[in-house]
This record gives sequence, C-alpha cells and structure tokens, in this order.
Amino acid sequence: MRRYPSAVAGLAVILFLVGMALYTVVTIPYGQVLQDWRAGEHWRMHPANARPVWTDRLFGGNAPPTLTISSDTADAEAARFEGGRQVRIPMAFDFAYDDFPSELTLFLGVRGTERPAFVEITWHRPDGSDVRLGAHRIAGEDRVSISQDRALEGRLGRVPHIGLFAVDPGAPGRPEVLRGTYRLTLDAVLFDEAAELHADLVAFGRVHGIAGTDHLRRDLMLALLWGTPVALAFGILAAVGTTVTTLVIAAAGVWFGGLIDAAIQRLTEVTMILPILPVLVMVGTLYSTSIWLMLGVVIALGIFSASIKMYRAMLLPIRNAPYIEAARAYGASNARIVMRYMIPRILPVLIPAFVTLIPTYVFLEASLAVLGLGDPVLPTWGKILNDAQMQGALYNGFYYWVVAPAALLMLTGLGFALFGFALDRIFNPRLRTA
Amino acid sequence: MVPVPQEPARGQAGRDMRQVYLFGIFVARRIVALVITVMIGVYLTIVVANMGGQVDELRLIQIRADVTEEVRADPGVSPAERQALIERRVALEVDRLNLDQPFIWRSFDYLRRAMLLDLGRAEQMHSDLGSRQVSRIIVERLPATLLLFGTANVLVFFTSILTALSLSRRYGSPVDRAVVALAPTSAAPGWFYGIFLILIFAFVIPIAPPGGMVAVPPPDDALSYALSVLRHMVLPVIAIFISSIFVSIYSWRTFFLIHSSEDYVEMARAKGLPERMIERRYILRPTLPPIITSFLLMLIGLWSGAIILEQVFNWPGLGTLLFQAIGHRDTPVIIGGVVIFAYLLALTVFLLDFLYALLDPRVRIDPEGSGR
Repeated sequence: MRRYPSAVAGLAVILFLVGMALYTVVTIPYGQVLQDWRAGEHWRMHPANARPVWTDRLFGGNAPPTLTISSDTADAEAARFEGGRQVRIPMAFDFAYDDFPSELTLFLGVRGTERPAFVEITWHRPDGSDVRLGAHRIAGEDRVSISQDRALEGRLGRVPHIGLFAVDPGAPGRPEVLRGTYRLTLDAVLFDEAAELHADLVAFGRVHGIAGTDHLRRDLMLALLWGTPVALAFGILAAVGTTVTTLVIAAAGVWFGGLIDAAIQRLTEVTMILPILPVLVMVGTLYSTSIWLMLGVVIALGIFSASIKMYRAMLLPIRNAPYIEAARAYGASNARIVMRYMIPRILPVLIPAFVTLIPTYVFLEASLAVLGLGDPVLPTWGKILNDAQMQGALYNGFYYWVVAPAALLMLTGLGFALFGFALDRIFNPRLRTA
Repeated sequence: MVPVPQEPARGQAGRDMRQVYLFGIFVARRIVALVITVMIGVYLTIVVANMGGQVDELRLIQIRADVTEEVRADPGVSPAERQALIERRVALEVDRLNLDQPFIWRSFDYLRRAMLLDLGRAEQMHSDLGSRQVSRIIVERLPATLLLFGTANVLVFFTSILTALSLSRRYGSPVDRAVVALAPTSAAPGWFYGIFLILIFAFVIPIAPPGGMVAVPPPDDALSYALSVLRHMVLPVIAIFISSIFVSIYSWRTFFLIHSSEDYVEMARAKGLPERMIERRYILRPTLPPIITSFLLMLIGLWSGAIILEQVFNWPGLGTLLFQAIGHRDTPVIIGGVVIFAYLLALTVFLLDFLYALLDPRVRIDPEGSGR
C-alpha cells in the first residue's frame, strides 16, 4: 500500500466523503431537509447572499454577522392606563464592524389580544442624534422592513441600513461606518391589560456560517452537506447498476451464443445510438425530474451499453478455457458457469474501471441539475450551481456560491479517479513493469 | 454469408476485384443494419416521448385553449353557438393531427416522418430566420456545434497521440509522471472547467469574451468575422482540451507501452531500424484500428457533453438549442434534437465500421467474428 500514495490519498478522500454523508443522513433526517429547503419562513432570520465568515476573516475583513436583539433581554418600562398599557422597550446593541449590515428588519408580535397595538419606533445613534422611524399598527405577528422604507431612504439620502449606520449619511462618496452602541426604542400602546409586545430587531449581516447563504436566505451548508449522500448514492448506484447488469448480460451472451448473443449485440447497437443526455433531458422535461427516475433511466440505458462489446472481447477466449471445460464435465449448470466461473475471471480488470465510472455519474447528476433538470425537492451540488448561475453569482461576485459545490464535486471526482487509477496499476501488472 | 469465390491464381487484378467486392458487400450490410438500428432507436424515443399518451393530453389542452382564444374574439355569437363552434374546431384540429387514431398507428407515422427528418413544427421556438420548422431550426445550429467540437476533438486527438508516442519512449521521466498524476483531473467534464475559465479569463483578467460565438454586432468582412469567432472559441476549446487531454495521453501511453514491448518491435530494434520508422511502421500501423475506434467513441461521448458546455459558454449550437427547448417545454424540438443526436451517433458508428474495414482486412471477410 505504501507504494501507492495516490491510492491512499484517493481512499482517504472517499472515506471522508462517506463519513460526511453518514453524518449528514444521521443528523439531518430526509424529511426535515426536504421541508427546510423548500420553506421560506424557516430562513427569515438568515441574511441573503451572505458570504462565509471564514473567507471574510481570512482576507482580513471584519464584516458584520447577523445581529439579533430580542426584547426579552431589554428592560421594558410599562405604565398602565384605563383599558390598556403603555410600554417603552429600549433595545441596545454594539456595532463595531467594517461594513454595513445587508438589511434591517424589525419582527413584532402582539400576544394576548386581538386588538392591534400602536408602535412608534425611534433610532438612537452613538453620536447622540435620533432618527424617527415612524409609527405602525401591529396586529398578531408582523414585521417592519426598515430597509424598504422609501420615505426614510429619501430623508437619509441612502438606503436605510447604510444611512442609519453611516458617520455622515448625506456626504457623497463611500460612506463610513459609525461604530458604537446603537439603540432602538419602541413606544407602544397596547389596548388590553393582558397584552404583551414581543420584538426582534435583526441587523442582517454580510457573512454567515461556513458556507454562506443564497438569494432565498437558505444556508448553503445544508445543501452542501445533503449533496454528499445524494451524489454518492447516485454515482455508486448508477455505476453498480450499469456495470453489474452489463457484465452478466455479456457473459450470458458469450456463454449461450447463437440467437441470444445476436439479440444482445443488436440491442447494444440500438442503445449505442441513443444519446444518453438528450434522452435524459427529454424524460426530465416530459415526465419528472426526480433524481430516482433519472437514476432508473441511466441504468436502463447503461444495461446494453457499448462496454458489452469490450466485455465480450475479454470473455470470448475464456469460454473455451480448460477450467470451464472441467466445470462442464462435473455437470455445473449454465448459471453456475456464467456467475461463478466466467465473471470472476474478468472482475480484476473491471474493478478499476468501475471505480473511475462513479464520478462520471456524479457529474452527470450535476450536469442535469445545471441544465435546470435537478431533483425538484432535494438539494444537490448541481442545484446549487444552477441557482448560482441563474442569479449571476460570478457576475455579482458571490464566488463562494460557485466555488464550494464545485470544489466538492472536484474532490469527489479526484478521490474516485485517484483510487481507480491506482487500482488499475495494482490489478494490471503490465502497467507497472512495461 | 458472403460467398467466397475460390481463386487459386487469378493474379493481382482478380484479388483486388474480390477485395472491392467484399468491401462493397460489407458496407452495404452495415448501412442496412444501421438504418434498422436507427429506426428502432428513433421508435423507442417516440414511444418514450409519448408514453401513456401524456403528450397527447397536453396537446389536446393546448388545442382547446388556442381555439377558445380565437373564438372568444368573435362578436355577435351566442354562447351555445360559440360552444358548438369550439367543439367543431377542436374536432377538426384533432382530425388534422390524427389525434383520434390509436397511438400505435400514429407512432409509425411519426417514425416515417422522423426518419425522413420531417420533424414537424416547433410550438414556441423559431429559427433565426423565423422558420417554425424544427429541421430548419436544428440545421441552423448544427454548424456551430460541429465547428467547436470538431476543432477541440481533432486538437485533443493529435496532441494526445503524439505526446503519448514520445512519452512511451521516455517511460518514468518527470513529464511522464506528471501526466500520470494529472490523469484523474479528467474526471470533471468540460463545462466544469469552463465555469472557472470564464471566471478567471473573462472577469478577473478580462482577455477573452465570456460567451457567445461572435462579437455583437458581427463584423462585416469575412476575415474579421472569422477572427472574432476564433477569439470566442478559445475558452470553450481550452475547457474541452483540459478535461480530456491528460486521461487521453495516459491511456495512449499505456497502450503504446504495451505494444512497444511486442516481439516484432524488439526485432525491429535489434535490426537497427531508426526510431521514427519503428514508431510509424511497427507501433502505429498495427495499432491503428483501436486508435480509430477510441477516437470515434470519444466523439460519441462528446456529442452528449456538448449540451452543457455550449450552455455555459452561450455557444449557439445544438446543446444550447436543446437547453432553450427545455425552457420553453417545446416537445417537438426536444424530440427532434434526440433524433438528430441519434443520427449523428449512427453516422459516427458507420464511419467507425467503414474505417475499420478499410484498415483491418479480417473484418471484411468475417463481419460477425473477432469483435468490431
């Protein structure tokens, strides 16, 4: 083994990926990932298009993460009046980053009453100046999107999440971040004695987690993690499905000969002229883009693939080998000769080819997803790439969005290819000594 | 089977005639076999495309919607009359498209038309000249695909064969080791490298166009038009090149290594023949049939890979067409694309058989034996 460092490296990569896949499947159940990846509300506290934290810090950046300030921790003052309460909630937070937040939203909830509350919002900056953010009637769960307040934007001269945090919002050129303690005061009038006001101020960040987020605020880490078992399962199942059946059919054809062999040969020629990707595209467009259907079509088209011709050439000389003659003499059945005598003989040659075949199918799945025919519900690496392309990720500078899934795809490809090429050298000694 | 004339001594001319005769028979048999193969393949495509009558269902809904839309604009017609009019028009249209006949009969009609490349009319798309004929749309895109993939493949093929030949002589040298080490990079397809090439050479260091086939607006004179196309071809060709060159060199090098240790090659070396002559006559000539085979098999693989690479580079070929057809859910164009791809593959297979027969006399005499 020590003579083949590339085999060790390839195997290490494969084991790492398998470990990651197992970890993902165990910690994040299948049903949950489907629900989370679809649901928009699940991600409302995440920033949109935030880059990974570590890339920012690596290049010496100090961009803000998402800050959530809850009213639960604030010291609220309350005063009762006839038929209701008046509440003042100061929400303070420190902001000492080099970049502005990407969005500013206030989530409000009035509990214990049907009657809407009246809330007035004021913004206190570290330099002592105040900005009035207007008054709102809040019923049930609601949100105030401060960033989208056009009137406020007009007053500040900049989009609110920059204007509210800038040293001098009115100054031309690049605005500068005003560091210090900010405060948001809520002055609310609740028209019920038992009513409660709950508030979350979210200053959405520019960075998020290990993998960043996409345009729908979804954490890319979830898709990157779940892409691993999906890619491995697709690649391995497709490779097994195509090589094993093809091998058995080729062996049976060689052994029985005659009409069966001729029929297999003709069928192979028909499948050879059926273009796999266009057929997959057609099936995906007309029926369903479910990854399992695609897998089925890939295997169905791969059963009578061109490699039957290659296996046939390898098996033909074996057919008349003395040990087969011996097996026949002791009365072995046809099935036994095909399965136990002919196939094992050429397996060593095929195992390397099988391992190198896996990444081909992993990339095939990604290719379909990049074409927009990815699985409708499951997150996969290819679907992230497709989303990124649709949103012009490279053009907008969201490199992480493309690089992370691409790197994982490349890692998978390299891992299996390294291992397969090394196996090739181990199983075929002629390559070593020639 | 082929009749083999007995001819002990009819001279060179007679032997040549017999060779040509056998060759002709072989080619004819292959053409017939391939036409039948294409027919089965296309028929399967049609059946899959229309399985369970789903497509018919969609077409019926489409027809009804279109007719209703047309009739709605008619003023002064009572609702009952309008309904009758709609029914009559739908029935007419169904009759025209043979939708009332069983699928099995229609499928043969489709097959006949598909084999004659009468691919019907597109539902949404049209060619750049405005034609709705699917065959027109496809023919318009074909040259772009052929240009890009022809160039890239010829480049990969000759570079890899020549490099492999020289590497097989320098077994174990640093370059050789580097190629072996780089071979696994070919696990990724061309479009994958394409994304990064675009990122680096079109956005970070803008020296090449990020996509398309010719500058906008297209240059007027032929020379600068060709130059512009060439400039747009650089990145996609490099992407294909990177994705297939190393594994190509690797497998040829292995192949030549095995063949250069054959006894007759050693014999030629022992005779003191020059290295060039050994390469040409003793290594390359006997290995030519498998070389050709693998080249054409590579072509088959690349026809499919074309779709995504073209889409990534916005290259106006068949792949992009298919991609756009997916977007429009334009079934006739998608089926037409599959049929065209099937034809291209069949043509490739035929070329393979033809060249094989030309290079390897054994194939001609016994077409069924010794594997093709």
